[in-house]
Amino acid sequence: MVEGKIETVKSNVRQIVVPGEFLMKAPMKPGIGTYSRGGEIFASTVGVLSVHGNYVNVIPLSGKYIPRVGDVIIGKIIDIAPTNWLVDINAPYPAPLHISGTPWRVEMGETQKYLDLGDMILCEVEAVDETKRIMVTMSKPGCKKLTDGEIIEITPTKVPRVIGRGGSMINLLKNYTKCRIYVGQNGRIWLEGSVEQIALAILAIRKIEEESHLLGLTDAVKDFLEKHTKTTNQ
Amino acid sequence: MSGIGMENKPKLVDENNLRIDGRKLDELRPIRIEAGILKRADGSAYVEWGENKVLAAVYGPREAKPKHIQNPAKAIVQCRYNMAPFSVSERKRPGPDRRSVEISKITGDVFESVLFLEMFPRASIDIFIEVLQANAGTRCAGITAASVALADAGIPMADLVPACAAGKIDGKIAVDLKKEEDNYGEADLPVAIIPRTKEIVLLQMDGNMSETEFETALNMAMDACMKIYELQKDALKRKYITDQEVDAEQVEKPNTSRGDNQ
Repeated sequence: MVEGKIETVKSNVRQIVVPGEFLMKAPMKPGIGTYSRGGEIFASTVGVLSVHGNYVNVIPLSGKYIPRVGDVIIGKIIDIAPTNWLVDINAPYPAPLHISGTPWRVEMGETQKYLDLGDMILCEVEAVDETKRIMVTMSKPGCKKLTDGEIIEITPTKVPRVIGRGGSMINLLKNYTKCRIYVGQNGRIWLEGSVEQIALAILAIRKIEEESHLLGLTDAVKDFLEKHTKTTNQ
Repeated sequence: MSGIGMENKPKLVDENNLRIDGRKLDELRPIRIEAGILKRADGSAYVEWGENKVLAAVYGPREAKPKHIQNPAKAIVQCRYNMAPFSVSERKRPGPDRRSVEISKITGDVFESVLFLEMFPRASIDIFIEVLQANAGTRCAGITAASVALADAGIPMADLVPACAAGKIDGKIAVDLKKEEDNYGEADLPVAIIPRTKEIVLLQMDGNMSETEFETALNMAMDACMKIYELQKDALKRKYITDQEVDAEQVEKPNTSRGDNQ
């Protein structure tokens, strides 16, 4: 059974597993997307089976964004209070941003002068406690208010595929589309460039999202981008 | 279950042990399950089960509102089972009634026992089951659809939950009763199980059966659940395995590249 599973992982399509499916036995350890009962490891989400060392993981194919400290994310201001803002970060819970966590010197009660309802910000997850209370901050390098450009949303579990291994996919996108791109870990992507460039980048990202569970994705996206940049140049 | 309305009772099982629609006693109605058919919901599923048509949508985990219903230790499950006014032959008055409130509650309880709720404190997982067409066995079809929808939403759970009913018709035990069999039969026993451990997460009974009949019916329903479980797994996998033309050259490890963009 164990050998059989590893064999299929190596074949050209990633093995899709569903909740409750038996994966492997005891010497292996349960990683993300799995749980163990009586020394046996089972999947807990729909996803792609992946084995790393002695950890069995199921990379989820869908699901909400679960914040982790240090994640760079794109948030939207949904409420304003005298000393803080409430930021929608696409997680199950909204996150407060305190005035002390901003690059500006904000007087109490003047929060609206700096960030208004609906403004988008690039921020970082500062703290997550055990009841999933989240704090975000903007006093980290790179964090800022996003004024122009366009923002799209993808399934948060597919963010690593849009970035690619060591940033290979995101660099491919940047090179071919000449867009400026920020990928938030929460599945929001900010793009800046000409209308055509953005349109092409969005098409490519949607393709990545749809085919994220298939192998050879970077090459497929490269072909796709090459084909489309050629036709637009002619 | 006897007396009133039994005047026009049809013969439910013939001399060859075949039922009114030609099924054997242990035969299910044709079932079709489709995962991920609603774009706006976090997860969804559609089930056609004989003449039943059931749609399930799942939202969440999302912040539970109003705040006083939040549980600081785990997520809550909120379920709504609803029958469309046009789902039955005589127009049903829209809105919750005693029956649908009960089914909503027991369906929510079923999923509380399989979902890993501790992972989402203060949150709520909302399940909506809409019965578009009913022909007996909609609570089972609803649970079957909802569990596929929950898996489609990517919510961590111990197992999928299939559900199926068994019952007694013309003195014989049969699985998956249809409308006439439910109306004129002697008993109905809906069952939902966790396939991996064979734990029972839902068990109701309407009508009367002897202890041995009950045992037979329970076993038949559980066997049927295992068949439905296979259909559920197939529906979820089918959503992703559509085109497999991409060849294996580059094995990317999505989980290791977290955070190293820009």
